[in-house]
Amino acid sequence: MSTVASEEHHDEHHPSGMMRWITTTNHKDIGTLYLWFSFIMFFIGGFMALIIRTELFQPGMQFVDPQFFNSMTTMHAIIMIFGVVMPAFTGLANWLIPLMIGGTDMALPRMNNWSFWILPFAFAMMLSTLFMDGGGPAGGWTLYPPLSLQTGDALPFVIFSIHFMGMSSIMGAINVVATILNMRAPGMTLMKMPLFVWTWLITAYLLIAVMPVLAGGVTMLLTDKFFGTSFFNAAGGGDPVLFQHIFWFFGHPEVYILILPSFGVISSIIPTFARKPLFGYSSMVYATASIAFLSFIVWAHHMFTVGMPLAGELFFMFATMLIAVPTGVKVFNWICTMWRGAMTFETPMLFSIAFIILFTIGGFSGLMLAITPADFQYHDTYFVVAHFHYVLVPGSIFAIIAAVYYWLPKWTGHMYNEFWGKTHFWLSTIFVNVTFFPMHFVGLAGMPRRIPDYALQFSDYNQIATIGAFGFGFSQLIFLGLVIATIRGGAKATDRVWDGAHGLEWTLSSPPPYHSFTTPPNVEDEWNWFTREHYETVKTRS
Amino acid sequence: MKSSSNNSAIKLCFFAVAMFGFGYALVPLYDVLCDITGLNGKSENVTQQQQASFEVDESRTITVEFITSLNQGMSWDFEAATAKMQVHPGKPYQASFFVKNKTSRSIVGQAIPSVAPFSAANHFIKTECFCFNNQILEAGQSLEMPVVFVINPALPDHVKTVTLSYTYFDVSNTVSKSLNNIDNT
Repeated sequence: MSTVASEEHHDEHHPSGMMRWITTTNHKDIGTLYLWFSFIMFFIGGFMALIIRTELFQPGMQFVDPQFFNSMTTMHAIIMIFGVVMPAFTGLANWLIPLMIGGTDMALPRMNNWSFWILPFAFAMMLSTLFMDGGGPAGGWTLYPPLSLQTGDALPFVIFSIHFMGMSSIMGAINVVATILNMRAPGMTLMKMPLFVWTWLITAYLLIAVMPVLAGGVTMLLTDKFFGTSFFNAAGGGDPVLFQHIFWFFGHPEVYILILPSFGVISSIIPTFARKPLFGYSSMVYATASIAFLSFIVWAHHMFTVGMPLAGELFFMFATMLIAVPTGVKVFNWICTMWRGAMTFETPMLFSIAFIILFTIGGFSGLMLAITPADFQYHDTYFVVAHFHYVLVPGSIFAIIAAVYYWLPKWTGHMYNEFWGKTHFWLSTIFVNVTFFPMHFVGLAGMPRRIPDYALQFSDYNQIATIGAFGFGFSQLIFLGLVIATIRGGAKATDRVWDGAHGLEWTLSSPPPYHSFTTPPNVEDEWNWFTREHYETVKTRS
Repeated sequence: MKSSSNNSAIKLCFFAVAMFGFGYALVPLYDVLCDITGLNGKSENVTQQQQASFEVDESRTITVEFITSLNQGMSWDFEAATAKMQVHPGKPYQASFFVKNKTSRSIVGQAIPSVAPFSAANHFIKTECFCFNNQILEAGQSLEMPVVFVINPALPDHVKTVTLSYTYFDVSNTVSKSLNNIDNT
């Protein structure tokens, strides 16, 4: 680590205090900012979820009025998608991509600073709508007209904050692509990049392709409401269904934006704790690319019930089912990576294994929803709610938590407390199932989504779900405490941290120097070290 | 390395701007697609001369049903003179609709037609329709309005019933500005 030692004098050159964080162009600082922002929004969005679950604990109207309830479901979705999962992934990308590809920093550091600092303003504006005349947006995060056009004063603020969120994520994505294409260390060929980098490269292209389409769609809402255009106004020759097409042309790739980086995280963690290289590396890359391609031609499966010709419904049904093939390849590869591996079950590995099992359950309920005739029964019921929470909570969120546990020792230089990590894992996993599994049953029995009151026969399962939601919510306080404790101190982490870890980020000190890889790392060494280690493991066991 | 990064960034920015444009391009694309497939039941509006060439097919009888509805609690009466009629493809027919403004102010209404099933939409041809223009009804005023239509004999064989539905929209707010302009001149 002689190269690292010689870099340390760089550290003195940045401002301290608040200005360090406001003016920073360092990828590690910006990554930290993104992750903390996401963590704070996670608790705000989670608080809204608990308001929803409190109201639904019993049938009848108890605590909040229906308008406010609807704005809670709408805001919960917008915050969790745009304020939690997407910024958390961008934060991980900022921290990890330069370290993984042996680059000095992100390619466009000033834009990086800008793309982060837009976010707090965007969400301050979004949250402020709750205090406006007519309340916050309450027509669902999908903003379907004509309902969404009945929003009060909040509508233009919601639309502008979506514009800002879109700009922020497009800039973040441009930065990721520019970094991956231009900042790789010599010898880091595309097919040697860790899968987290690959999945983010593809995600970034998806973001650049679809976020502007959403921006266009909400701009049309704005001009319909205030400037007399008739994009979605039937009286003026427009069509409200057109909005659904535009929205889901964005919306479906968006769901892969929310999951592909998780695939990358899981593909990094499983090999480490199975002590084997990832099974089928190149098939993982091609599977990711095919999922991304397919995501553009399946959007209308969100709107089977609007009245489409039979040929359209069949096309979107089969195209949707086709996505199960590359996703199946991925699940198969993860299981094969673990097969006959020398596995240990540290917290990141536990979250990753839970991810594989629970995400697959969410995938299967997605396949059920893809069957057009069955979807007419499931559409807009709690079955859909159960489905997308299974892919998003034990899917995306678990992957983000796993990533934090996995790389936190590298970021802070301290080991987290394994006992509390495992406690956090078991509480989260049990309560996430207590919360969302009963929703499958009430959904199949016909309980519609986005309602503050429901028929008596759904009471039992709703009570179970509410208990689970509170359990899950409060378990996350353990995570918060653990992260703070690890930043403040704890056992010193080694450079390699995990004995099966491989990749350039593990060749740096823990924590890494403020400016890393000022001299290019030796990619071949790390690559060979890993394969040699692997063959020795296999030899000793056979 | 810096200039190649900037290069990628500029290209990607163009890509993002192009995709913003693509979002808007989806609007005409959607209309074209609806025209081709008859999706949405948007029927064709043509003038009298164009449909003269149809041959009347007396051997086929199609039931045409009329449905009327009002958007968002609009206070008009709106109904068809007859709920359904039996027609032969290729022959022009006239149907009548009645509207009455029940309020004490004048309201501008615009009727939007829709044809079901979708496969019939492109074969249902209106040569005269109150939906071609909007109607201004003074307080308490009522009006009888004709629709002249012909069904293209190319209508698929399996279609026995065609439903024509009209929804009235209150467009007073959007057209009042242009009316004011007319008054002033």
